[in-house]
Amino acid sequence: MKYMALIYVNPDTLTPPDSPEFGRMMGGYQIANETYKRDGVWVAGDALQPATTATTVRVRNGRTETMDGPFAETKEQLGGFYIFDCADLDEAIKYAAMIPHAATGCVEVRPIMVFDR
Amino acid sequence: MSASPAGAPVAEAIDRIARQDGGRLLSNLVGSLRDLQLAEDSLQDALESALVHWNRNGLPAAPAAWLMQVARRKAIDRLRRSANFRAKSAEIAHLIEMEKQSAAADEPDQIGDERLKLIFACCHPALDRKTCVALTLRSVCGLKTEEIADAFLDAHEAMAQRLVRARHKIAKAGIAYEVPGQDGWATRLESVLAVIYLIFNEGYASAGDRHIRADLCDEAIRLGRLLTELQPGEPEIEGLLSLMLLHHARRAARIGAAGEILTLETQDRSLWDRAGIREGVALVERALQRGRPGAYQLQAAIIAVHAETPSFAETDWQQIALLYGELARTADNPVYELNRIVALSYVEGPVAALARLRPIAMALVQYQPFYAVQADLFARAGQPDQARLAYRRAIDLSQSDSERRFLSGCLEALPGRPAGT
Repeated sequence: MKYMALIYVNPDTLTPPDSPEFGRMMGGYQIANETYKRDGVWVAGDALQPATTATTVRVRNGRTETMDGPFAETKEQLGGFYIFDCADLDEAIKYAAMIPHAATGCVEVRPIMVFDR
Repeated sequence: MSASPAGAPVAEAIDRIARQDGGRLLSNLVGSLRDLQLAEDSLQDALESALVHWNRNGLPAAPAAWLMQVARRKAIDRLRRSANFRAKSAEIAHLIEMEKQSAAADEPDQIGDERLKLIFACCHPALDRKTCVALTLRSVCGLKTEEIADAFLDAHEAMAQRLVRARHKIAKAGIAYEVPGQDGWATRLESVLAVIYLIFNEGYASAGDRHIRADLCDEAIRLGRLLTELQPGEPEIEGLLSLMLLHHARRAARIGAAGEILTLETQDRSLWDRAGIREGVALVERALQRGRPGAYQLQAAIIAVHAETPSFAETDWQQIALLYGELARTADNPVYELNRIVALSYVEGPVAALARLRPIAMALVQYQPFYAVQADLFARAGQPDQARLAYRRAIDLSQSDSERRFLSGCLEALPGRPAGT
Protein backbone atom coordinates (compact mmCIF):
# COMPACT_ATOMS: atom_id res chain seq x y z
CA MET A 1 0.00 0.00 0.00
CA LYS A 2 1.03 3.58 -0.54
CA TYR A 3 2.12 5.92 2.22
CA MET A 4 2.86 9.62 2.16
CA ALA A 5 5.69 10.81 4.34
CA LEU A 6 5.23 14.51 5.16
CA ILE A 7 8.47 16.12 6.28
CA TYR A 8 8.08 18.87 8.88
CA VAL A 9 10.99 21.15 9.70
CA ASN A 10 11.48 24.20 11.86
CA PRO A 11 12.61 26.98 9.48
CA ASP A 12 14.55 28.69 12.28
CA THR A 13 16.84 25.71 12.71
CA LEU A 14 17.38 24.86 9.04
CA THR A 15 20.92 24.02 8.04
CA PRO A 16 22.49 26.99 6.17
CA PRO A 17 23.40 26.05 2.57
CA ASP A 18 27.02 27.21 2.94
CA SER A 19 27.79 25.02 5.97
CA PRO A 20 29.49 21.62 5.89
CA GLU A 21 26.39 20.15 7.60
CA PHE A 22 24.33 21.10 4.56
CA GLY A 23 26.52 18.94 2.34
CA ARG A 24 26.19 16.04 4.75
CA MET A 25 22.41 16.45 4.87
CA MET A 26 22.11 16.50 1.08
CA GLY A 27 24.36 13.45 0.97
CA GLY A 28 21.94 11.81 3.40
CA TYR A 29 19.03 12.53 1.04
CA GLN A 30 20.97 11.09 -1.88
CA ILE A 31 21.64 7.87 0.03
CA ALA A 32 18.00 7.69 1.12
CA ASN A 33 16.75 8.22 -2.45
CA GLU A 34 19.08 5.52 -3.79
CA THR A 35 17.89 3.11 -1.10
CA TYR A 36 14.23 3.82 -1.90
CA LYS A 37 14.79 3.18 -5.60
CA ARG A 38 16.93 0.10 -5.04
CA ASP A 39 14.28 -1.41 -2.72
CA GLY A 40 11.49 -0.52 -5.14
CA VAL A 41 9.48 1.58 -2.70
CA TRP A 42 10.01 5.01 -4.33
CA VAL A 43 6.89 6.48 -5.97
CA ALA A 44 7.53 10.22 -5.64
CA GLY A 45 9.34 12.72 -3.49
CA ASP A 46 10.35 16.34 -3.57
CA ALA A 47 11.35 19.27 -1.44
CA LEU A 48 9.08 22.30 -1.24
CA GLN A 49 9.96 26.00 -1.39
CA PRO A 50 9.66 27.64 2.06
CA ALA A 51 6.23 28.33 3.51
CA THR A 52 6.72 32.05 2.82
CA THR A 53 6.11 31.24 -0.87
CA ALA A 54 2.80 29.51 -0.15
CA THR A 55 -0.62 30.72 -1.24
CA THR A 56 -3.76 29.49 0.47
CA VAL A 57 -6.74 29.08 -1.84
CA ARG A 58 -10.37 28.96 -0.74
CA VAL A 59 -13.55 29.00 -2.80
CA ARG A 60 -16.42 30.75 -1.03
CA ASN A 61 -19.77 31.43 -2.69
CA GLY A 62 -18.25 30.46 -6.00
CA ARG A 63 -15.47 33.04 -5.70
CA THR A 64 -11.85 32.14 -5.44
CA GLU A 65 -10.14 33.84 -2.52
CA THR A 66 -6.41 33.73 -2.05
CA MET A 67 -4.27 34.48 0.94
CA ASP A 68 -0.58 34.93 1.43
CA GLY A 69 1.17 32.14 3.27
CA PRO A 70 -0.05 29.10 5.15
CA PHE A 71 -3.21 29.44 7.22
CA ALA A 72 -1.67 28.76 10.60
CA GLU A 73 1.45 29.87 12.39
CA THR A 74 3.21 26.75 13.52
CA LYS A 75 6.79 26.23 14.48
CA GLU A 76 7.22 23.23 12.21
CA GLN A 77 6.34 23.65 8.57
CA LEU A 78 5.89 21.25 5.71
CA GLY A 79 9.20 21.13 3.89
CA GLY A 80 8.89 18.18 1.56
CA PHE A 81 7.34 14.80 1.02
CA TYR A 82 7.79 11.28 -0.25
CA ILE A 83 5.34 8.70 -1.45
CA PHE A 84 6.41 5.13 -0.71
CA ASP A 85 4.89 1.86 -1.84
CA CYS A 86 5.33 -0.50 1.11
CA ALA A 87 4.00 -3.81 2.38
CA ASP A 88 2.92 -2.45 5.75
CA LEU A 89 3.31 0.35 8.28
CA ASP A 90 6.49 -1.09 9.79
CA GLU A 91 8.19 -0.91 6.40
CA ALA A 92 6.92 2.65 5.83
CA ILE A 93 8.24 3.69 9.25
CA LYS A 94 11.60 2.11 8.45
CA TYR A 95 11.96 4.13 5.23
CA ALA A 96 10.59 7.32 6.81
CA ALA A 97 13.24 7.04 9.51
CA MET A 98 15.93 7.23 6.78
CA ILE A 99 14.84 10.76 5.82
CA PRO A 100 17.62 13.02 7.16
CA HIS A 101 15.17 15.58 8.56
CA ALA A 102 13.57 12.90 10.76
CA ALA A 103 16.60 13.48 12.99
CA THR A 104 15.95 17.23 13.40
CA GLY A 105 12.26 17.77 12.56
CA CYS A 106 9.64 15.09 12.26
CA VAL A 107 7.98 12.98 9.60
CA GLU A 108 4.27 12.24 9.54
CA VAL A 109 3.45 8.94 7.85
CA ARG A 110 -0.06 8.64 6.45
CA PRO A 111 -1.56 5.85 4.37
CA ILE A 112 -2.96 7.06 1.06
CA MET A 113 -6.67 6.37 0.81
CA VAL A 114 -7.81 3.74 -1.65
CA PHE A 115 -11.37 4.09 -2.96
CA ASP A 116 -13.30 0.94 -3.67
CA ARG A 117 -14.04 0.69 -7.35
CA MET B 1 -29.91 -29.47 29.01
CA SER B 2 -33.27 -27.77 29.05
CA ALA B 3 -33.89 -24.06 28.73
CA SER B 4 -33.46 -22.40 32.09
CA PRO B 5 -36.07 -19.77 32.99
CA ALA B 6 -33.57 -16.98 33.68
CA GLY B 7 -31.03 -18.11 31.11
CA ALA B 8 -28.37 -17.41 33.72
CA PRO B 9 -26.32 -20.63 33.46
CA VAL B 10 -26.06 -20.29 29.69
CA ALA B 11 -25.13 -16.62 29.95
CA GLU B 12 -22.46 -17.55 32.47
CA ALA B 13 -21.14 -20.30 30.22
CA ILE B 14 -20.93 -17.84 27.34
CA ASP B 15 -19.07 -15.32 29.50
CA ARG B 16 -16.67 -18.04 30.55
CA ILE B 17 -16.00 -19.14 26.98
CA ALA B 18 -15.56 -15.52 25.89
CA ARG B 19 -12.93 -15.06 28.61
CA GLN B 20 -11.17 -18.36 28.07
CA ASP B 21 -11.27 -18.75 24.30
CA GLY B 22 -12.12 -15.22 23.16
CA GLY B 23 -8.54 -14.28 22.31
CA ARG B 24 -7.94 -17.46 20.38
CA LEU B 25 -11.22 -17.20 18.45
CA LEU B 26 -10.69 -13.53 17.68
CA SER B 27 -7.08 -14.02 16.56
CA ASN B 28 -8.21 -16.77 14.22
CA LEU B 29 -11.04 -14.66 12.84
CA VAL B 30 -8.74 -11.71 12.19
CA GLY B 31 -6.48 -14.14 10.38
CA SER B 32 -9.17 -14.88 7.80
CA LEU B 33 -11.01 -11.54 7.82
CA ARG B 34 -7.94 -9.26 7.95
CA ASP B 35 -10.03 -6.68 9.79
CA LEU B 36 -9.99 -6.42 13.57
CA GLN B 37 -13.23 -4.43 13.80
CA LEU B 38 -15.14 -6.84 11.55
CA ALA B 39 -13.76 -9.79 13.52
CA GLU B 40 -14.75 -8.18 16.83
CA ASP B 41 -18.27 -7.33 15.60
CA SER B 42 -18.81 -10.79 14.10
CA LEU B 43 -17.65 -12.52 17.28
CA GLN B 44 -20.03 -10.33 19.31
CA ASP B 45 -22.84 -11.29 16.91
CA ALA B 46 -21.98 -14.94 17.41
CA LEU B 47 -21.99 -14.59 21.21
CA GLU B 48 -25.41 -12.92 21.08
CA SER B 49 -26.68 -15.63 18.80
CA ALA B 50 -25.30 -18.27 21.17
CA LEU B 51 -27.41 -16.86 23.98
CA VAL B 52 -30.57 -17.45 21.92
CA HIS B 53 -29.69 -20.87 20.49
CA TRP B 54 -28.03 -22.39 23.53
CA ASN B 55 -30.89 -21.35 25.77
CA ARG B 56 -33.20 -23.17 23.40
CA ASN B 57 -31.15 -26.29 22.70
CA GLY B 58 -28.45 -26.39 25.35
CA LEU B 59 -24.72 -26.07 24.85
CA PRO B 60 -23.34 -27.63 21.65
CA ALA B 61 -20.74 -30.38 21.86
CA ALA B 62 -17.96 -28.05 20.78
CA PRO B 63 -18.99 -24.52 21.85
CA ALA B 64 -15.83 -22.78 20.62
CA ALA B 65 -16.14 -24.38 17.19
CA TRP B 66 -19.83 -23.42 17.09
CA LEU B 67 -18.95 -19.80 17.83
CA MET B 68 -16.23 -19.80 15.20
CA GLN B 69 -18.57 -21.08 12.52
CA VAL B 70 -21.35 -18.65 13.40
CA ALA B 71 -18.91 -15.73 13.61
CA ARG B 72 -17.67 -16.49 10.11
CA ARG B 73 -21.25 -16.57 8.78
CA LYS B 74 -22.01 -13.31 10.57
CA ALA B 75 -18.94 -11.80 8.91
CA ILE B 76 -20.27 -12.85 5.49
CA ASP B 77 -23.61 -11.22 6.35
CA ARG B 78 -21.92 -8.03 7.45
CA LEU B 79 -19.83 -7.88 4.30
CA ARG B 80 -22.90 -8.46 2.13
CA ARG B 81 -24.73 -5.64 3.85
CA SER B 82 -21.81 -3.22 3.61
CA ALA B 83 -22.02 -0.32 1.16
CA ASN B 84 -19.10 -1.44 -0.98
CA PHE B 85 -20.53 -4.87 -1.58
CA ARG B 86 -19.08 -5.23 -5.05
CA ALA B 87 -15.54 -4.50 -3.89
CA LYS B 88 -15.90 -7.10 -1.17
CA SER B 89 -17.25 -9.86 -3.40
CA ALA B 90 -13.87 -11.59 -3.67
CA GLU B 91 -13.52 -11.63 0.10
CA ILE B 92 -17.03 -13.00 0.51
CA ALA B 93 -16.36 -15.79 -1.99
CA HIS B 94 -13.19 -16.66 -0.10
CA LEU B 95 -15.04 -16.77 3.21
CA ILE B 96 -17.80 -18.96 1.81
CA GLU B 97 -15.18 -21.35 0.50
CA MET B 98 -13.53 -21.45 3.93
CA GLU B 99 -16.90 -21.93 5.54
CA LYS B 100 -17.59 -25.02 3.42
CA GLN B 101 -14.25 -26.58 4.27
CA SER B 102 -14.24 -25.70 7.92
CA ALA B 103 -17.59 -27.08 9.04
CA ALA B 104 -16.01 -30.37 10.00
CA ALA B 105 -12.56 -29.08 10.88
CA ASP B 106 -13.57 -26.73 13.70
CA GLU B 107 -12.82 -29.13 16.52
CA PRO B 108 -11.64 -27.05 19.50
CA ASP B 109 -7.97 -27.90 19.14
CA GLN B 110 -7.95 -27.30 15.43
CA ILE B 111 -8.93 -23.66 15.73
CA GLY B 112 -5.63 -22.04 14.83
CA ASP B 113 -3.91 -19.96 17.46
CA GLU B 114 -2.85 -16.63 16.01
CA ARG B 115 -2.74 -14.79 19.30
CA LEU B 116 0.94 -13.89 18.90
CA LYS B 117 0.04 -11.91 15.76
CA LEU B 118 -2.87 -10.36 17.60
CA ILE B 119 -0.64 -9.30 20.51
CA PHE B 120 1.90 -7.70 18.17
CA ALA B 121 -0.86 -5.81 16.34
CA CYS B 122 -2.51 -4.59 19.56
CA CYS B 123 0.82 -3.45 21.02
CA HIS B 124 2.14 -1.72 17.89
CA PRO B 125 4.34 1.26 18.78
CA ALA B 126 2.34 3.44 16.35
CA LEU B 127 -0.61 3.23 18.76
CA ASP B 128 -0.88 5.30 21.91
CA ARG B 129 0.24 3.35 25.02
CA LYS B 130 -3.08 3.54 26.82
CA THR B 131 -4.83 2.41 23.65
CA CYS B 132 -2.49 -0.60 23.39
CA VAL B 133 -3.32 -1.52 26.99
CA ALA B 134 -7.06 -1.29 26.41
CA LEU B 135 -6.98 -3.10 23.08
CA THR B 136 -4.86 -5.94 24.46
CA LEU B 137 -7.15 -6.39 27.46
CA ARG B 138 -10.19 -6.41 25.17
CA SER B 139 -8.91 -8.49 22.25
CA VAL B 140 -6.38 -10.87 23.78
CA CYS B 141 -7.65 -11.21 27.37
CA GLY B 142 -11.35 -11.01 26.48
CA LEU B 143 -12.21 -8.40 29.13
CA LYS B 144 -15.41 -6.49 28.49
CA THR B 145 -15.14 -2.88 27.35
CA GLU B 146 -17.00 -1.75 30.48
CA GLU B 147 -14.57 -3.63 32.74
CA ILE B 148 -11.62 -1.94 31.06
CA ALA B 149 -13.28 1.47 31.28
CA ASP B 150 -13.93 0.92 35.00
CA ALA B 151 -10.35 -0.16 35.60
CA PHE B 152 -9.11 3.11 34.11
CA LEU B 153 -11.93 5.23 35.57
CA ASP B 154 -12.99 6.18 32.04
CA ALA B 155 -16.52 6.59 30.72
CA HIS B 156 -17.75 3.41 28.98
CA GLU B 157 -18.58 5.29 25.79
CA ALA B 158 -15.14 6.95 25.66
CA MET B 159 -13.42 3.60 26.06
CA ALA B 160 -15.58 2.02 23.34
CA GLN B 161 -14.68 4.92 21.03
CA ARG B 162 -10.98 4.52 21.79
CA LEU B 163 -11.15 0.83 20.86
CA VAL B 164 -13.02 1.50 17.62
CA ARG B 165 -10.50 4.20 16.62
CA ALA B 166 -7.61 1.85 17.35
CA ARG B 167 -9.04 -1.02 15.26
CA HIS B 168 -9.70 1.46 12.49
CA LYS B 169 -6.10 2.68 12.57
CA ILE B 170 -4.73 -0.87 12.51
CA ALA B 171 -6.72 -1.59 9.36
CA LYS B 172 -6.25 1.72 7.56
CA ALA B 173 -2.62 2.43 8.45
CA GLY B 174 -1.58 -1.04 7.33
CA ILE B 175 -0.33 -2.35 10.67
CA ALA B 176 0.59 -5.87 9.64
CA TYR B 177 -1.15 -8.88 11.15
CA GLU B 178 2.14 -10.72 11.35
CA VAL B 179 4.75 -11.69 13.87
CA PRO B 180 7.58 -9.24 13.07
CA GLY B 181 10.71 -10.60 11.44
CA GLN B 182 14.32 -10.20 12.52
CA ASP B 183 14.31 -6.61 11.26
CA GLY B 184 11.81 -5.10 13.67
CA TRP B 185 11.77 -7.83 16.31
CA ALA B 186 13.61 -6.00 19.10
CA THR B 187 11.58 -2.76 18.95
CA ARG B 188 8.27 -4.51 18.49
CA LEU B 189 8.92 -6.96 21.35
CA GLU B 190 9.98 -4.07 23.57
CA SER B 191 6.63 -2.42 22.87
CA VAL B 192 4.70 -5.61 23.70
CA LEU B 193 6.58 -6.09 26.97
CA ALA B 194 6.11 -2.44 27.92
CA VAL B 195 2.35 -2.73 27.41
CA ILE B 196 2.11 -5.89 29.52
CA TYR B 197 4.19 -4.34 32.31
CA LEU B 198 2.01 -1.23 32.15
CA ILE B 199 -1.07 -3.42 32.72
CA PHE B 200 0.66 -5.05 35.67
CA ASN B 201 1.69 -1.73 37.18
CA GLU B 202 -1.81 -0.29 36.81
CA GLY B 203 -3.06 -3.14 38.96
CA TYR B 204 -0.12 -2.98 41.34
CA ALA B 205 -0.30 0.75 41.96
CA SER B 206 -4.01 0.60 42.64
CA ALA B 207 -3.81 -2.14 45.26
CA GLY B 208 -4.14 0.30 48.16
CA ASP B 209 -6.91 2.41 46.68
CA ARG B 210 -10.48 1.22 46.44
CA HIS B 211 -10.79 1.59 42.70
CA ILE B 212 -12.47 -1.13 40.74
CA ARG B 213 -9.62 -2.93 39.02
CA ALA B 214 -10.37 -6.06 37.06
CA ASP B 215 -7.42 -7.87 38.62
CA LEU B 216 -5.03 -6.29 36.18
CA CYS B 217 -2.02 -7.98 37.81
CA ASP B 218 -3.51 -11.40 37.09
CA GLU B 219 -4.27 -10.42 33.51
CA ALA B 220 -0.71 -9.20 32.98
CA ILE B 221 0.72 -12.42 34.39
CA ARG B 222 -1.65 -14.43 32.22
CA LEU B 223 -0.38 -12.50 29.21
CA GLY B 224 3.23 -13.10 30.28
CA ARG B 225 2.59 -16.85 30.52
CA LEU B 226 0.87 -16.84 27.15
CA LEU B 227 3.86 -15.08 25.56
CA THR B 228 6.37 -17.55 27.03
CA GLU B 229 4.23 -20.33 25.54
CA LEU B 230 3.87 -18.73 22.13
CA GLN B 231 7.48 -17.56 21.88
CA PRO B 232 9.60 -19.85 24.05
CA GLY B 233 13.28 -19.17 24.68
CA GLU B 234 13.08 -15.36 24.57
CA PRO B 235 14.92 -14.27 27.76
CA GLU B 236 13.31 -10.83 28.12
CA ILE B 237 9.82 -12.38 28.02
CA GLU B 238 10.90 -14.77 30.79
CA GLY B 239 12.47 -11.83 32.61
CA LEU B 240 9.24 -9.84 32.52
CA LEU B 241 7.13 -12.81 33.66
CA SER B 242 9.59 -13.48 36.48
CA LEU B 243 9.56 -9.81 37.51
CA MET B 244 5.75 -9.77 37.68
CA LEU B 245 5.57 -13.09 39.55
CA LEU B 246 8.11 -11.89 42.12
CA HIS B 247 6.33 -8.57 42.69
CA HIS B 248 3.00 -10.36 42.87
CA ALA B 249 4.34 -12.89 45.39
CA ARG B 250 4.69 -10.05 47.90
CA ARG B 251 1.18 -8.65 47.43
CA ALA B 252 -0.19 -9.90 50.78
CA ALA B 253 2.61 -8.17 52.67
CA ARG B 254 2.56 -4.87 50.78
CA ILE B 255 -0.46 -3.25 52.35
CA GLY B 256 -0.86 -2.68 56.08
CA ALA B 257 -4.00 -3.03 58.19
CA ALA B 258 -5.00 0.60 57.54
CA GLY B 259 -4.47 0.29 53.78
CA GLU B 260 -1.04 1.92 53.91
CA ILE B 261 1.90 0.86 51.73
CA LEU B 262 4.55 -1.09 53.62
CA THR B 263 8.17 -0.87 52.48
CA LEU B 264 10.49 -3.85 52.06
CA GLU B 265 11.88 -3.01 55.49
CA THR B 266 8.56 -3.25 57.30
CA GLN B 267 6.90 -6.07 55.36
CA ASP B 268 6.14 -9.34 57.18
CA ARG B 269 8.16 -11.71 55.01
CA SER B 270 6.25 -14.76 56.25
CA LEU B 271 3.33 -13.45 54.15
CA TRP B 272 5.34 -13.70 50.94
CA ASP B 273 4.08 -16.40 48.61
CA ARG B 274 6.91 -18.94 48.50
CA ALA B 275 5.59 -20.87 45.50
CA GLY B 276 5.38 -17.68 43.46
CA ILE B 277 8.91 -16.74 44.48
CA ARG B 278 10.27 -20.19 43.56
CA GLU B 279 8.68 -19.96 40.13
CA GLY B 280 9.94 -16.41 39.57
CA VAL B 281 13.49 -17.16 40.70
CA ALA B 282 13.71 -20.31 38.55
CA LEU B 283 12.46 -18.35 35.54
CA VAL B 284 14.96 -15.50 35.85
CA GLU B 285 17.82 -17.94 36.42
CA ARG B 286 16.88 -19.82 33.26
CA ALA B 287 16.59 -16.52 31.35
CA LEU B 288 19.98 -15.22 32.48
CA GLN B 289 21.61 -18.51 31.46
CA ARG B 290 20.69 -17.72 27.87
CA GLY B 291 23.41 -15.06 27.98
CA ARG B 292 21.32 -12.18 26.64
CA PRO B 293 20.64 -10.02 29.71
CA GLY B 294 18.13 -7.18 29.46
CA ALA B 295 16.30 -4.68 31.61
CA TYR B 296 13.49 -7.03 32.66
CA GLN B 297 15.82 -9.89 33.56
CA LEU B 298 18.02 -7.59 35.65
CA GLN B 299 15.07 -6.05 37.48
CA ALA B 300 13.76 -9.56 38.17
CA ALA B 301 17.19 -10.59 39.44
CA ILE B 302 17.16 -7.66 41.88
CA ILE B 303 13.73 -8.60 43.23
CA ALA B 304 14.88 -12.21 43.40
CA VAL B 305 17.73 -11.22 45.73
CA HIS B 306 15.21 -9.53 48.05
CA ALA B 307 12.74 -12.39 47.77
CA GLU B 308 15.28 -14.98 48.86
CA THR B 309 16.61 -12.96 51.81
CA PRO B 310 15.02 -13.92 55.16
CA SER B 311 15.16 -10.41 56.70
CA PHE B 312 15.80 -6.82 55.61
CA ALA B 313 18.98 -6.67 57.75
CA GLU B 314 20.50 -9.61 55.89
CA THR B 315 20.04 -8.07 52.40
CA ASP B 316 23.11 -8.32 50.16
CA TRP B 317 23.14 -4.63 49.20
CA GLN B 318 26.46 -4.91 47.39
CA GLN B 319 24.90 -7.44 45.02
CA ILE B 320 21.85 -5.25 44.51
CA ALA B 321 23.97 -2.15 43.82
CA LEU B 322 25.92 -4.21 41.27
CA LEU B 323 22.72 -5.29 39.49
CA TYR B 324 21.46 -1.70 39.36
CA GLY B 325 24.82 -0.74 37.89
CA GLU B 326 24.28 -3.34 35.13
CA LEU B 327 20.76 -2.06 34.64
CA ALA B 328 22.04 1.51 34.21
CA ARG B 329 24.17 0.22 31.33
CA THR B 330 21.09 -1.04 29.42
CA ALA B 331 19.45 2.39 29.32
CA ASP B 332 20.29 5.97 30.18
CA ASN B 333 17.76 6.20 32.99
CA PRO B 334 18.61 8.18 36.17
CA VAL B 335 15.99 6.16 38.10
CA TYR B 336 18.31 3.14 37.97
CA GLU B 337 21.08 5.28 39.44
CA LEU B 338 18.68 6.48 42.15
CA ASN B 339 18.02 2.87 43.12
CA ARG B 340 21.72 2.04 43.05
CA ILE B 341 22.31 4.92 45.47
CA VAL B 342 19.63 3.55 47.81
CA ALA B 343 21.33 0.13 47.81
CA LEU B 344 24.74 1.71 48.40
CA SER B 345 23.36 3.78 51.28
CA TYR B 346 23.06 0.54 53.28
CA VAL B 347 26.72 -0.22 52.56
CA GLU B 348 28.34 3.23 52.81
CA GLY B 349 25.85 5.08 55.01
CA PRO B 350 23.33 7.88 54.29
CA VAL B 351 25.78 10.81 54.19
CA ALA B 352 27.82 9.36 51.33
CA ALA B 353 24.55 8.50 49.53
CA LEU B 354 23.29 12.10 49.85
CA ALA B 355 26.43 13.27 48.05
CA ARG B 356 25.77 10.73 45.28
CA LEU B 357 22.28 12.17 44.74
CA ARG B 358 23.59 15.55 43.58
CA PRO B 359 24.52 14.62 39.98
CA ILE B 360 21.07 13.16 39.23
CA ALA B 361 19.02 15.80 41.09
CA MET B 362 18.46 17.94 37.98
CA ALA B 363 17.19 15.03 35.90
CA LEU B 364 14.71 13.92 38.58
CA VAL B 365 13.45 17.33 39.69
CA GLN B 366 9.78 16.34 39.11
CA TYR B 367 10.14 12.72 40.27
CA GLN B 368 8.40 11.95 43.57
CA PRO B 369 10.58 8.95 44.58
CA PHE B 370 13.71 11.12 44.34
CA TYR B 371 12.45 13.29 47.21
CA ALA B 372 11.19 10.28 49.18
CA VAL B 373 14.69 8.77 48.94
CA GLN B 374 16.33 12.08 49.80
CA ALA B 375 14.01 12.49 52.80
CA ASP B 376 14.78 8.99 54.05
CA LEU B 377 18.52 9.60 53.72
CA PHE B 378 18.30 12.93 55.60
CA ALA B 379 16.27 11.24 58.34
CA ARG B 380 18.81 8.44 58.65
CA ALA B 381 21.64 11.00 58.69
CA GLY B 382 20.03 12.79 61.66
CA GLN B 383 18.80 15.85 59.74
CA PRO B 384 15.02 15.83 60.38
CA ASP B 385 14.46 19.42 59.20
CA GLN B 386 15.90 18.68 55.76
CA ALA B 387 13.96 15.40 55.73
CA ARG B 388 10.75 17.28 56.46
CA LEU B 389 11.25 19.59 53.46
CA ALA B 390 11.95 16.66 51.16
CA TYR B 391 8.89 14.70 52.35
CA ARG B 392 6.67 17.75 51.74
CA ARG B 393 8.01 18.02 48.19
CA ALA B 394 7.40 14.28 47.67
CA ILE B 395 3.81 14.60 48.94
CA ASP B 396 3.20 17.52 46.56
CA LEU B 397 4.38 15.44 43.61
CA SER B 398 2.54 12.25 44.62
CA GLN B 399 -0.12 10.86 42.29
CA SER B 400 -2.00 8.43 44.54
CA ASP B 401 -3.74 8.54 47.90
CA SER B 402 -2.02 5.49 49.32
CA GLU B 403 1.35 6.99 48.39
CA ARG B 404 0.43 10.28 50.05
CA ARG B 405 -0.72 8.45 53.20
CA PHE B 406 2.58 6.58 53.31
CA LEU B 407 4.68 9.74 52.91
CA SER B 408 2.61 11.67 55.46
CA GLY B 409 3.17 8.82 57.92
CA CYS B 410 6.94 9.10 57.39
CA LEU B 411 6.75 12.87 57.84
CA GLU B 412 4.86 12.56 61.12
CA ALA B 413 7.28 9.96 62.44
CA LEU B 414 10.20 12.39 62.18
CA PRO B 415 11.59 13.59 65.52
CA GLY B 416 11.46 17.26 66.53
CA ARG B 417 8.71 19.70 65.65
CA PRO B 418 5.22 18.26 65.19
CA ALA B 419 4.04 17.88 61.61
CA GLY B 420 2.21 20.81 60.08
CA THR B 421 4.27 23.55 61.74
